[in-house]
Amino acid sequence: MRFFVIIFLFFSSLSFSAENIELSKAPIDLKDNQSLQRGAKTFVNYCLNCHSAKFMRYSNLQDIGLSAETIKNDLLFTGNKIGDTMSVNMSMKDSKKWFGASPPDLSVVARSRGADWIYSYMRGFYRDPARPMGWNNTVYVNSAMPHILWELQGEQILDPKTNKLEKFSSGKLNAKEYDAMIVDLTNYLVYMSEPDQLKRKKMGYYVIGFLLLLLFLTINLKKEYWRDIK
Amino acid sequence: MKKDSKKQNKSVGLVGWVDERFPLSSFIKNHLTEYYAPKNFNFWYFFGALALFTFVMQILTGIFLTMYYKPDAAQAFASVEFIMRDVSFGWLIRYMHSTGASLFFVVIYLHMFRGLMYGSYKKPRELLWLFGVAIFLLLMAESFFGYLLPWGQMSYWGAQVIVNLFATIPFIGPDLAEWVRGDYLVSDATLNRFFAFHVIALPLALAGLIMCHLVALHEVGSNNPDGIEIKDTKDKKTGIPLDGIPFHPYYTVKDLTGLTVFLIVFASIIFFAPEMGGYFLEANNFVPADPLVTPSHIAPTWYFTPFYSILRAVPPILGSQFPGVAAMGLSVLIFFFVPWLDKSKVRSIRYKGILYKKWLTAFVISFIVLGYLGTVPSNIWGQFSSIIPLLGGVDIATFVARIFTLIYFAFFIMMPIYSKKDVTKKVPKRVTM
Repeated sequence: MRFFVIIFLFFSSLSFSAENIELSKAPIDLKDNQSLQRGAKTFVNYCLNCHSAKFMRYSNLQDIGLSAETIKNDLLFTGNKIGDTMSVNMSMKDSKKWFGASPPDLSVVARSRGADWIYSYMRGFYRDPARPMGWNNTVYVNSAMPHILWELQGEQILDPKTNKLEKFSSGKLNAKEYDAMIVDLTNYLVYMSEPDQLKRKKMGYYVIGFLLLLLFLTINLKKEYWRDIK
Repeated sequence: MKKDSKKQNKSVGLVGWVDERFPLSSFIKNHLTEYYAPKNFNFWYFFGALALFTFVMQILTGIFLTMYYKPDAAQAFASVEFIMRDVSFGWLIRYMHSTGASLFFVVIYLHMFRGLMYGSYKKPRELLWLFGVAIFLLLMAESFFGYLLPWGQMSYWGAQVIVNLFATIPFIGPDLAEWVRGDYLVSDATLNRFFAFHVIALPLALAGLIMCHLVALHEVGSNNPDGIEIKDTKDKKTGIPLDGIPFHPYYTVKDLTGLTVFLIVFASIIFFAPEMGGYFLEANNFVPADPLVTPSHIAPTWYFTPFYSILRAVPPILGSQFPGVAAMGLSVLIFFFVPWLDKSKVRSIRYKGILYKKWLTAFVISFIVLGYLGTVPSNIWGQFSSIIPLLGGVDIATFVARIFTLIYFAFFIMMPIYSKKDVTKKVPKRVTM
């Protein structure tokens, strides 16, 4: 009891670390094939130049409703075959020299970072002349990555007083369109981190349905056998 | 039961042929159809059978995983992703194995708690308990070795931290750690030897110990929630314990029900939450191992965290971390002594007094609190303000962990005293349902 009193008394002196960044909730929907397809296109066009996804095969994109023809014509640029994984030609050594850090493989990035992190990160770039690439990020401070999509989003700057992002110049997309594009991209990255996840959940209902049926049988079997035990 | 208990007829046909050469029928009789278990088993008695089931399942899924897994620092991470994506139902086998590992510990902890509740370690079941604790120890080693294999950041740095614990042992420590790793840091050599331990050495030892555990159990007979020896009251004619029922079919059908419930829990995790919020599969382990980048927060998997908390709670003495390591080792090994620490006249908590109940509750609470604190950084609750004498600047979570570490050890160390002082109730002659 005394121990709890001590805890209670000193609770006012707690100091929480201020490192927790507020992430925006990513409104993704893995069942939305249209969104996944748009995300896949954004990914292949913008991300796949520096970042690889070396565990993901192009052919897997058939799961999200793309035909083999579409994949070949619209998404394969580098002479890859449809059964190949999404690799890049940039060498890790070069990219390290250019950016200060090699762009990480993005196959399972949604599982290590989470959807909300990616969604917030891609919306958190701002102009910072102090950084070598001229860009900084509110979610991943001093990230080595430049803002690849700045022509679409436009430029943001960070108000040092409020610590809030403000629009500096406009891009090709308005804020709503840009956010929608990032939702699609995040959606795709989540799908890519585990392509079988929808299949897994669907199968889960059948398995648990079967087990519930089995439970009904085993409970009655047990009752039947145990009738004479007093 | 009436049918064929007294008939001494010899088997005929194929079974008869086998029986003349191998004790098949007598084995089935001794261990299933004429092994008499107390009829009053409750919920807590499911977990032994479930542990055996989980062990078999881990072996089976493990065999399939080794068909595609590559124990090579350059290929391990990729081979796991290959299993997850390109192998048919590889994701299912992998999730079964990773979820099975965590549930194995859930089941084992509940099984051990049952033993503590009903005094299943008391004479004549001391050796049965010792085998059990040995299985628990090997299981910890088994899961530790297995955790390195996916070769993610958590695998790598978790192994680094645990192997470095050996380095704190005075005199031989650093050499010992290097000998375990096979290199100056966790590397390909470490991965290969951990693979060897994980897939053959420890499973083999575990299988042997599990057999000893079962043989010892069937030699002395099962305890029960009343802690009454059913062999003391036998039917005068048949010699069968009056409160005993044949394991098969009674407990096979009962365990089948328990197993189905267990499978429902198991399937819910595999199919709907295989990461279990980062407790069964940690987010950081989806980043390939990088010897040059230390994660900001390294925590072992949840089933080690109570012991990890004890390690962190003990302050270093003369700059050496060894006292913490020793305390952590002791916190596991102390289970071996329980049969001789408990001086109570009765086995079951049902007939023990209020003292034991209070101590056991305190122990369970400290185990859970320590388990939680082991998953979070020690500065999670901040520091005591500097104006407080003695405690100023100390991490609050560390202070709390120290209190609960003391309670954890006191449960065992004080046991001879409180179990003797405790006012026990009278134990009935026959079991209660």
